[in-house]
Amino acid sequence: MTDNTPAQGEARFETALPGWQTVSLYQLAHARAGDKGNRSNISVIPYIDDVYPQLVSQLTESVVLDVFRHRGATAVKRYELPRLPALNFVIDNVLEGGVNDGLGLDGHGKALSFLLLESLTIEVPVEFLQALDQHRNRASNHFSS
Amino acid sequence: MNQQVYIGSGAGFAGDRFDAAVPVVATLARCDGPKYLIYEVMGERTLAIAQRLKREDPDAGYSPWLDNYLPGVLADCKQHGIRIVANFGNANPKAAARRVLALADELAIAKLRVAVVEGDNLLDYLSAEDVLEHPCIEGTDTQGRELLSANAYLGARPVAQALALGVDVVLVGRSTDAALVLGPLIHEYGWQEHQYDLLAAGTVAGHLLECGAQVSGGYFADPGMKDVPDLHATGFPIGRIDAEGRLQLSKPDGTGGLISRATVLEQLLYEVHDPHNYLTPDVTLDLAEVEVVETAANTVSVTGACGKPPPDTLKVTLAVDGGWLGEAEISYAGPNALARARLAADVVRKRCTTLGINDPCRIEILGTSTLFDDDGGSRAESLQHDENGEYRLRAAVRTDSKTKAQQLADEVLALFCCGPAGGGGVRQSVSAQVSTASILVQRQRIESHTRAVEITS
Repeated sequence: MTDNTPAQGEARFETALPGWQTVSLYQLAHARAGDKGNRSNISVIPYIDDVYPQLVSQLTESVVLDVFRHRGATAVKRYELPRLPALNFVIDNVLEGGVNDGLGLDGHGKALSFLLLESLTIEVPVEFLQALDQHRNRASNHFSS
Repeated sequence: MNQQVYIGSGAGFAGDRFDAAVPVVATLARCDGPKYLIYEVMGERTLAIAQRLKREDPDAGYSPWLDNYLPGVLADCKQHGIRIVANFGNANPKAAARRVLALADELAIAKLRVAVVEGDNLLDYLSAEDVLEHPCIEGTDTQGRELLSANAYLGARPVAQALALGVDVVLVGRSTDAALVLGPLIHEYGWQEHQYDLLAAGTVAGHLLECGAQVSGGYFADPGMKDVPDLHATGFPIGRIDAEGRLQLSKPDGTGGLISRATVLEQLLYEVHDPHNYLTPDVTLDLAEVEVVETAANTVSVTGACGKPPPDTLKVTLAVDGGWLGEAEISYAGPNALARARLAADVVRKRCTTLGINDPCRIEILGTSTLFDDDGGSRAESLQHDENGEYRLRAAVRTDSKTKAQQLADEVLALFCCGPAGGGGVRQSVSAQVSTASILVQRQRIESHTRAVEITS
């Protein structure tokens, strides 16, 4: 079921409105996963604040649940933090038992933040991409100084 | 005069870099005001194992890492008045305190004083039957399993009480990680139980500091997307907190790593579920209005946490016997490596049937993005992979039988001679497991047993 998601993204790419572009979530935001028992929380933090409304409208609980359904996820609760800005997703039963009961290598589900970033696409106004580039350049200059 | 309290992190998990605190201590030594060094080194599994060790030896059961972390900084901390607050206590804070006193003797540090916080271990004052009557709110089914430990997450008040004894070192067992920071702030500023916004601010400071480098560039770098300078020399964070709870985060000069709005936001939400109701024994925290602002290079201010009354229950982690985990791996490389690894997986599956290993197994091929997959491997089946390259078969079983766990691991070893061509690099492990569950217990049943005591020998 999960593997439909990139295909849906491509389909949306074809129908993107003039002046909008479909972009991988990985290009727009960063994320960190944490665990408690068999439940994961994944924060999604946009690189530029302007993207936040697009994340709110497109990164819905059901879209995120589809990404993790193959691992047995049963429910997703989304928390909005417009002031930061960031979204926080709490995903139930996604850790195949979790760190103490699971059989996989990554019982904490630490890597799942990258599954989320990889699986989804977001439509954004094209001018955001320029702002994103500027942010990247600023950041890399900042680091090298 | 605007007083400031300085709190640095020396470790964020059991096994964190042993020398990370050295530059933190050097920086703290130059700060003007009360200063603290915290170590968060406790895991749920280590606590259960430690309880077992303590039953066998009354001097055991504290953190095995204590002797890795403290010798390099203890003398400097004592000399510069940097007080240490750490959860080296594990199942046995008193024994940890005795070890710190002995260490001070060995290092010729005079007049070092140590206190511990007691009362997190419910089995000291409640029967196992009483504990198990509480319904589990999360985690494994504890029915019919041996109860190894039951420890409550204590809050910051007992830490503050221990500091009020005037000691140099406070050692706790199970407490919230944030209590290592909020405790010193309550002690220094006298924050009261109803001053929820201040307690919330101190909890945010604790939440950001307790994972060490996770706020200062560790666990953040993604080359080309999120670059971090000199990750090999990441400086651990130092918080400067004023009486209003305003936090400024920075790191020692001359260290690598990065403190930015992005690094702080990732850590702010780390392991948080409902950000408007983050429950702790001291305060219910609301992060909705938190503001994170970069004020200088590698310097970020954090303000705006709001607090509400804490719950009237405390969370208690139960550990029960979790059986055995048997694991083994073998690699295949070069032409047709994927098909050979898949054949190896097939062989192991059929041998499990032959041997009657019916327990839950996970047999997977590393290199096919297995971290994202389920135990059944539905994702790997639906994706395309290179036929050639390098793949590693991994087999894992969880079972109550140590023999069966070893049998599965041995089946992977047997692939050396009986499996597909060119398999190499077998590694095996069979390990006892601990499962955990959480219950909620009325706080007065626990807090009536909680106390801070100085240990003298």
